Amino acid sequence: MTLLLVLAGGVIGAPLRYLTDLLVQSRHDSLFPWGTFIVNVAGSLVLGSVLGAASTGALPPAAVTFVGTGICGALTTFSTFGFETVRLIEEGSISTATANAVGSLAAGLAAGSLGWFLVTALA
Amino acid sequence: MPTDPAPMGAGAGPAGASMPVDPDAPSRVPLGRHVSSIVRERWDILAVIAAGGALGSAARYGAGVLWPHDPSEIAWSTLVVNVVGGFLLGLLMVFVNDVWPPHRYVRPFLGVGVLGGFTTFSTYMLDTHALLAAGRPPVALLYLLGTLVVGLVAVWLGILVGRGAAAVSRTRRARRDHREGAS
Repeated sequence: MTLLLVLAGGVIGAPLRYLTDLLVQSRHDSLFPWGTFIVNVAGSLVLGSVLGAASTGALPPAAVTFVGTGICGALTTFSTFGFETVRLIEEGSISTATANAVGSLAAGLAAGSLGWFLVTALA
Repeated sequence: MPTDPAPMGAGAGPAGASMPVDPDAPSRVPLGRHVSSIVRERWDILAVIAAGGALGSAARYGAGVLWPHDPSEIAWSTLVVNVVGGFLLGLLMVFVNDVWPPHRYVRPFLGVGVLGGFTTFSTYMLDTHALLAAGRPPVALLYLLGTLVVGLVAVWLGILVGRGAAAVSRTRRARRDHREGAS
């Protein structure tokens, strides 16, 4: 049952990342990988909220598995983030690579913590 | 090799041919219609990504079950999943671009789907948050920066190994062609 929820979440999260990336990348022409940045920060915000809600007992474990492990896990990606950063370094765009790495970690951690604190404060 | 392993809009080659080249053009198209036209034109690619994403997510979940961690400890399963997935994506991108013949579904299935679903950024962030909440900022910083550094090195190693394999396969093909031409 738990595995089914993870599979179902993955079915939703991965295509959602692809669609978001296509839409975001088609709307700017800078070198910065905004598509991956946005899914990673948004996914961290949602996961933080979900885990926060679960910590107060407002969400059952099955919902955490489906939305958190499944959808957020598949929506966000470390491999693409890493690949884009390494390629930017190889292309000599060190400042963009640094901005991507530092910005993704800072914004992702802030978004995840914000989601957690907002939900636990409201509960 | 394009920077973005997910086929993107302008300049992404054949996979992105349906996207307008002018970056300002899509903003004139309502977002909903834009999404529905992508879904209509690439429903098969989205299905392949969904299948890969399900498999990758299940593998990540399995790693977490096999290697559970306390929220106040470093999440080794997440770290290993992200580092291994990064290495494999670096390797895959070289094979997709330089070794294998072009195929519509290989990159969407293995790269965007399986490896994108396998690795995770959100859990990495919330693992770090849990370490901070547990009152262990130095461990949180170590996990945060350690995953980043080891993950980036792993991607780079994957690319290097892939390029080495690509060079070997080119040399072999050249030798074979030479022999066949000589006989």
